[in-house]
Amino acid sequence: MTDSTITSSVADIEQRIGEFLKAKTKTTWEPEVDLFASGTVSSLFAMELVVFVEGTFGVTVEGADLALDNFRTLRSMSSLVTRLRGGDAGA
Amino acid sequence: MPEAHPIVKCLIWDLDNTLWDGTLTEDGHVGIDDAVREVVRGLDARGVLQAVASRNDHDEAWTRLEKLGVAGYFVLPHINWGPKSQSVRRIAERLNFSLRTIAFIDDLPSERAEVEYHLPEVRCYPAEQARELLALPEFSPPVVTVDARRRRRMYQAGFERGKQRERFQGADEDFLRSLDLVMHIAEARDEEITRVEELTLRTSQMNATGVHYSDSVLRSLLSDEHHDVWVVSMSDRFGPHGAVGVMLIEKTARAWRIKLLATSCRVVSFGAGTVLLRWLTDAAARAGVHLVADFRRTERNRMMEVAYRFAGFATAQCPCLAALSPPEGTECLHLEPVRQAPPTTMRVVAPAPPDSGRTAEWLRAAAARGQHQQ
Repeated sequence: MTDSTITSSVADIEQRIGEFLKAKTKTTWEPEVDLFASGTVSSLFAMELVVFVEGTFGVTVEGADLALDNFRTLRSMSSLVTRLRGGDAGA
Repeated sequence: MPEAHPIVKCLIWDLDNTLWDGTLTEDGHVGIDDAVREVVRGLDARGVLQAVASRNDHDEAWTRLEKLGVAGYFVLPHINWGPKSQSVRRIAERLNFSLRTIAFIDDLPSERAEVEYHLPEVRCYPAEQARELLALPEFSPPVVTVDARRRRRMYQAGFERGKQRERFQGADEDFLRSLDLVMHIAEARDEEITRVEELTLRTSQMNATGVHYSDSVLRSLLSDEHHDVWVVSMSDRFGPHGAVGVMLIEKTARAWRIKLLATSCRVVSFGAGTVLLRWLTDAAARAGVHLVADFRRTERNRMMEVAYRFAGFATAQCPCLAALSPPEGTECLHLEPVRQAPPTTMRVVAPAPPDSGRTAEWLRAAAARGQHQQ
């Protein structure tokens, strides 16, 4: 995971999701901060987040991948996208 | 409901020579016939929303409606010099109503023809029919619920809330906190079932199985000791949201099975569904049972799957599932619940513990986490 090309694309993924989140929540989110800590995130927002990630990065999130832990922070979302994009490369 | 003639959910009035006698710009003085006034009041009491599409100066016409004492009955006045079809379309969009449920009344055949041409699904009525509207079947809902009677006020409060949300500068979550939201969860009584059935008919995106539970089926389950029917209502400082959610739970020794969970699209952006699932998770954890959720994918309910999976529900092998027999094509998602902290954006008042007959505020019962976050 420390490979330089992956690291730079992680930053790119986190930046794009971060911009989306800022527009939606009017709040800036650090990579490791739990978006769902307050227990108030609406399922509409969760759905929009899933659809945004899928549409922006050309991935499909279903079954067991469709879990809160994969969307909890910017970091966990970038890991998910990297894994889904890379097939077995990240394993 | 006959497919071809659904109940009208919103009637859009022309003003000159339709709602009132005379033409405002020419006659100056206009008045409303008592019989027409009665129709406006009657439709309002039945839960039929009423809007305005008129070619006039907005401020002048609205001031006149206020002086005549009827302005309060109308939502979304569209008083401008543009085509009426455009006003009608915008009103339908703002209300999120299908054009098939919109009606338009105007004295001028040319205006009706213009609306009919662009929006063929909208039903148009000549002004002479104004006095007869209350007698027409499409303006006569079979049942008038509590929520129907105050529907117009709920929409007016909703528009006001929306305006303030747009203006609000801080984080969305802080806006929610400023609303003083309260959620009430209660066991359904007989009279609430009609409101609940209306809700499951109106909400396809937030229905987890796409199955419609009829009035009579839900009613029969009220007295069934293996089932609980919960009704969720919400209010905030702008007023009541009415009944916004329903849950049908089947109780077995090892698990509570959510057979129906539907929430109104009006409260989705408040996180109502998330809060409801958290409360249920907490209640199940206290009761020492697992949670199982029926889910059947439809074209419109992916949001529901996200809601369940984000709440921790997953495909699983668990002995508690053995006692359940889901219908063909329905998946049972499973959760081993743990205690949950109450939300920070709303107060939740619910039976505590479930089935005890007593109610308590969730916030107070487990306030530790809420206070740490302030």
